[in-house]
Amino acid sequence: MRAGRRPLLSRSRLAWTGTLPFLGYVGVFLLLPTGIVLWDAIHDSSGGFDFGAINTLWSSSTRSYFVNSAELSAITSVIGALLGAVLSYAVATGNPDGLIRRLYLAGSGVLAQFGGVTLAFAFLITIGPTSGLLLHAGWFYDFPQGIGLIYIYFQIPLMVLVFLPAIDGLKAQWREATETLGGSAWQFWRYVGGPLLAPAFLGAALLLFANALSAFATIAAWENQISYVVPQQIGTALSSEVGLSSVNQADVLALGMIVLVAIVMTGYTLLQRRTTRWLR
Amino acid sequence: MRSPYRYALVGIAAAALLTVGCSSGNSGGSSGGTSWSAKTSAAAGGGVSALVTAAKAEGTLNVIALPADWANYGTIIKDFEAKYGIKVNSANPEGSSQDEVNAVRQENGTSAAPDVLDVGMSVALANTSLFAPYEVSTWSSIPAAQKASSGVWVQDYGGYMSIGYNSAKFPSITSVSQLLGPQFKNAVALNGNPTAANAALIGVMMASLASGGSADSITDGVNFFHQLKQAGNFVPVQATAATVKAGTTPVVINWDYLNTASVVGSSTWKVFVPQNAVIGGYYAQAINKQAPHPAAARLWEEFLYSQAASGGQNLWLEGGARPVEQQAMTTNSTINTSAASALPAVNGTPLFLTPTQATDASTYLAANWAAAVK
Amino acid sequence: MAAVAGLHARRRRRLNVFRYVVFTVFGLFFLLPLLAMIRFSLEGSTGGSWSLSAWGQIASYAGPPPLLSGVEITLELAVITCLIVLVLLVPTVIWVRLRVRWMTRLIEALCLLPLTIPAIVLVVGLAPIYRVIRQQFSLSALQLFWVYAILALPYAYRALAAGLEGVDVKTLSEAARSLGAGWTTVIWRVIVPNMRQGVLNAMLLTGALVLGEFTIAYLLLYTNLQVTLFYVSRGTPNAGVLFSTSSAALLFAFVLLLILSYVGRSRGRRSERSKVSK
Repeated sequence: MRAGRRPLLSRSRLAWTGTLPFLGYVGVFLLLPTGIVLWDAIHDSSGGFDFGAINTLWSSSTRSYFVNSAELSAITSVIGALLGAVLSYAVATGNPDGLIRRLYLAGSGVLAQFGGVTLAFAFLITIGPTSGLLLHAGWFYDFPQGIGLIYIYFQIPLMVLVFLPAIDGLKAQWREATETLGGSAWQFWRYVGGPLLAPAFLGAALLLFANALSAFATIAAWENQISYVVPQQIGTALSSEVGLSSVNQADVLALGMIVLVAIVMTGYTLLQRRTTRWLR
Repeated sequence: MRSPYRYALVGIAAAALLTVGCSSGNSGGSSGGTSWSAKTSAAAGGGVSALVTAAKAEGTLNVIALPADWANYGTIIKDFEAKYGIKVNSANPEGSSQDEVNAVRQENGTSAAPDVLDVGMSVALANTSLFAPYEVSTWSSIPAAQKASSGVWVQDYGGYMSIGYNSAKFPSITSVSQLLGPQFKNAVALNGNPTAANAALIGVMMASLASGGSADSITDGVNFFHQLKQAGNFVPVQATAATVKAGTTPVVINWDYLNTASVVGSSTWKVFVPQNAVIGGYYAQAINKQAPHPAAARLWEEFLYSQAASGGQNLWLEGGARPVEQQAMTTNSTINTSAASALPAVNGTPLFLTPTQATDASTYLAANWAAAVK
Repeated sequence: MAAVAGLHARRRRRLNVFRYVVFTVFGLFFLLPLLAMIRFSLEGSTGGSWSLSAWGQIASYAGPPPLLSGVEITLELAVITCLIVLVLLVPTVIWVRLRVRWMTRLIEALCLLPLTIPAIVLVVGLAPIYRVIRQQFSLSALQLFWVYAILALPYAYRALAAGLEGVDVKTLSEAARSLGAGWTTVIWRVIVPNMRQGVLNAMLLTGALVLGEFTIAYLLLYTNLQVTLFYVSRGTPNAGVLFSTSSAALLFAFVLLLILSYVGRSRGRRSERSKVSK
């Protein structure tokens, strides 16, 4: 029996109400807008059900936007995850109080958010075909090479932010145990470290995928005379002044994106369950 | 309700109060007296002087999507502010015509809603329900085909699609097909995405006409740009003064008034309107039906359509655009002749897309542009 | 054992080579565009000359809109958003950890959602909500804080969860409660001081996000720093001020995050970290 406990309010059945402000806030500013988009996608302007608009999702031009989006996101998330994992490993194996760790963590926190017109411009002047500085990369205007490189620039820091805790959680004792039993580094990674980190790695990669899928400002600033990916197409549907503007079309595309991302998110959640088992 | 909940509530309430306290007023509506929002002409409201008084009392004008270097709008805004002492709030200078309409829908009912719009014709025709009818004092000087009979929109200025280029880097350009040559590698840019921006769509149409096509189909234009991309000459980056200066977009297909040396900021910039492909476009003025400053909005229109030496029409002309009252002003000699003669030479009959042609073009582009130039 | 020690030493050496190669390569990759930006921001009007005018223009660029107002709005937004995250998320995360463990998955999923719902999708659904805010509450761009706090959730939650992990919440809360403390005291005066670094981390990641946000502000017709920079990039032939402002913002956030990593080191947390290959 614990002294000082107030009996009535420790009813765990009511304890969840403490999260109500948070849930309410998220409900209004996240779930409600999403719901509005989904609702409008399947209703026409007079309020009746209209699934016809969804048929536009299957048209070949729309399909190509989704394919492009998936392609760009897949490439940049895989490369970003691999490179980010390598960088995380390098950071994690250093002095936990050292300057390098601090620098890379601070840098990752900042660069993961760096994007948009400034990043696109910076790359343009660094490696664009008419770059005043360095390489004159003609392929910079090609999809997905040019924009892929720019995406990787902020995918890697995001990977570091997300994956570092997982690597930190690998206990040194496990490595030493492997060594004591005569295992090589390859065997450690193949049988111990790899399986332990795999769920976290895949989960982080999925997160990177979703992040690339959602990015808009950077690719809109990189090349704006051609739409490659779905977010650009949504932008066109909202702002086009040549008669192709259609909020309904924007909603439908948004619906497609939400479905795609929901699949990714489910995968991430499932993987996360497996991760935390070992790292607690 | 227990503590964490209470703290959260207090915190959010505090933050909300904080920002409400920082708010600028949000009540729309005119400031008493004659309600100018229903007046369809200056005379109906008691004359231009009454309009000026009412507008000055309102003190503010909200405009949108007017870049300072677009047809001399920077000077027009400054001159209007100086002449009447009305503060002009210029929102979203890089917005498209559709963005203007979206802003009207989003902000109507607040004091930040746009009072006046300057939109492309297809957007104007599609949104007339948002506009208030108004006939400026010089209404009779405007050709009938360039204004709505009800007065909900009226064309203001226009130009022809042109090719602007850095004459220090390239030889003189005399035809559109020249752009396919190897010396234009990574050089040629449009002004935006043809499926989104009017200027870009007309640019593709110009290429189409120059390739022998007609205004009914934009297919030849899309093919031209496909070839341009294959040759490695197409630059998909948005052409701005900064990219021109950096050398990223040394050739720009754009309206002729945006391709003047002063706008581009380069003394070696030349502009060329192709002889066999003279395609033009006019923009249109409209007044928001629910304008928060209706008198100021109407005064702005009067200013823009004034034929005075310092009025809007001549200011647009000085910006390289062709004002809608150009013919009338040439006849009654109120036009700025030196500015008129500085306009790029145009040989050939100008063509203007009909709404049907414009729709067909955009439909074709929606299905084929991305695949052609990727 | 000596064999293992020798093995350790060799492995440590190989590891160090690997680490230095990685840091150099990645460092160059990240620094290159940044250095290019800074170099362009220092360019004078004639080729080859240097000048600080682009940096001075951060304060003097008149626009419209003036750059300084964009900077002000964004900084204020950053502070307000951090406050909201502090007041909303911190107690929730702790409360869930303390009393409602079964909700952890739900909260985590909700906090991850903003990272995966594209901003451009969100803004389409936010338009009606913000119309109401504009008409009923305030026209100020500061109202963006409502949605910015949502956008910050994924990063803030991770930072807070990581910070909370090192804290023995059960013992602390039971000890405090047994001494008669209410839940408010437990959360704010017992637990939060023990996760100070996590909280500060969350705040600064939120700040970095606000500094860099463009899409939602632009499509909701507000003007913040990134939107102003966008107008600058289109409106002037001199891209210098674009780069000087961005460099300044990046440096500012970077230095803050770096300082934070030195501040607020709580006792015993570091010793818990075991490195993989020691």
